[in-house]
Amino acid sequence: MNDTAIPVGVRAPGIAGVREPQQVVRVRELRKRYGNVEVVRGLSFEIRRGECFALLGPNGAGKTTTLRCCLGLIDPDGGSIELVGEPVPKAAREARIRVGVVPQMDNLDPDFTVRENLLIYGGYFRLRRNVLDERIPRLLEFAGLAGKAEMSIRTLSGGMKRRLTLARALINDPELLILDEPTTGLDPQARHLIWDGLRQLLKQGKTILLTTHFMDEAERLATRLAVIDHGTMIACDTPRALLDAHVEPEVVEVYGEAARTWAESRGRPLATRLEVAGETAFCYASDAAPLLADLATHAGVRYLHRPANLEDLFIKLTGRELRD
Amino acid sequence: MESAIRYLPLRLSARFIPVWRRNLLVWRKLAIASILGNIADPLLYMLALGYGIGSMIGDVGGMSYVAFIGTGMVCQSAMFTSSFEGMYSAFSRMHVQRTWEAIINAPIALDDVMLAEWIWCATKAVMSTTAILIVIQVLGFGHTWLALWILPLGFLVGLCFGAFGLVMNALAPSYDFFTYFFTLVLTPMLLFSGVYFPVDQMPAWLASIAGALPLKHAIDIARPLMLGRFPDDVLLHVAVLLAYAIAAYYVALVLTRRRLLK
Repeated sequence: MNDTAIPVGVRAPGIAGVREPQQVVRVRELRKRYGNVEVVRGLSFEIRRGECFALLGPNGAGKTTTLRCCLGLIDPDGGSIELVGEPVPKAAREARIRVGVVPQMDNLDPDFTVRENLLIYGGYFRLRRNVLDERIPRLLEFAGLAGKAEMSIRTLSGGMKRRLTLARALINDPELLILDEPTTGLDPQARHLIWDGLRQLLKQGKTILLTTHFMDEAERLATRLAVIDHGTMIACDTPRALLDAHVEPEVVEVYGEAARTWAESRGRPLATRLEVAGETAFCYASDAAPLLADLATHAGVRYLHRPANLEDLFIKLTGRELRD
Repeated sequence: MESAIRYLPLRLSARFIPVWRRNLLVWRKLAIASILGNIADPLLYMLALGYGIGSMIGDVGGMSYVAFIGTGMVCQSAMFTSSFEGMYSAFSRMHVQRTWEAIINAPIALDDVMLAEWIWCATKAVMSTTAILIVIQVLGFGHTWLALWILPLGFLVGLCFGAFGLVMNALAPSYDFFTYFFTLVLTPMLLFSGVYFPVDQMPAWLASIAGALPLKHAIDIARPLMLGRFPDDVLLHVAVLLAYAIAAYYVALVLTRRRLLK
């Protein structure tokens, strides 16, 4: 995305008479039940101004439900929510005036052009035409769609649609941006463009709340992240602190048919922790040197030595079994 | 907790206007095709049946058969246009394109979206009513300023059948579901409300059933207007149409909240 085109100004903190709380989002003991299943079970977190906060969790962990509660689209069964200083769901509409949302699935208006999509959406915020005429070109530039204003939505690529959705979420110059899996389904190039855009917004002082199950997304963007599963928070901290607290710093992955036998006979005593999944053995250790030395004597065993990452953390905290 | 919210009464606010306007702007892009679609079908029926059957039977209910069926067609097209809008078009916006989902992320509530869709159904009914009235005037079958009252009547018919359509929309798993409404509601409505022949031609028991059909009450208002007479029992007919409209809209609202706000 284009660095020179900053779509919206940094909101000056502490303008006279305006109370700007440090906490942009406050969720306390949030509960939501569907039938007999409690999908959110006492979730609490706070997001400070200027932070990028990522909610991580497997499918069905309660991420989207939490976001929908925060926006006041569904009523929680318990707990309290404050969004940009407004109590939700009571003042959800007032809160949404100052929040931008990028939904999980594209829902641009296919009957309108790129520019009309922004114009119509601005109308939902009761923004005046002169404000929109001034904002839209800058947003299009920000989204890398400057020359595409009159194009039909149907002709846009998946990446362009996502960028336009991001631009649409910025039409009201929101304090807080909520993104539900913003890059799911995008190719790496398109994904990097979205990340660049989000980093620019953070630089401008926007606050971001996003859900993702891409660890590299969380690693690159999040100042803090929360791992949730089965509706409860398992861990919440900066990525670095979480890794230090939960995962051994080095990983050796051993592949192939021989991996399992090697792991059981040789690997287990040398690794601090060892997991075998299919034909791969994951050896976690604070020092991988003994593992590597042993592997060097086993010709024909393929392996990879790498530092631990959020994926290791995620798997450790939420397990390896498949979710639906 | 959830049920309390779901059964809240209708909440009306001017916030529906930008959503209604969105539908109008989309319609404007395809306006000509849409108007032609609205006129073509009723016009063909009016001409074929009006002249074909009309030449054999002469006047019906004090008017030429073409004018008789033309008035029925005005009401019928308001019914079809608004039902169609409440079902197929609303379903596209709600389910297929997820337009509603985008809108309720902005400071607009689902109730506002529903109100916009409801008023939009009625707006489209007025559009098709207008188009057919113009055709009737051009053909020279109606010749009275009183006929202009048929436009607000079209709006009322649109509110009624638009709300029925929105009930179906709230329940629909796919477009196919709407076929039931055509077979079970619209077709009987069309045949037994006096569009093609006077209701009093039917046996008493059938005529009394017809008396409960909203389209019949619309036609009871429209026909005298077309003849240049002020209709009898206007308040009763309007009350029946309004009662259907409001009851159906409330059901649609509750069902839609249940479907989307979970």
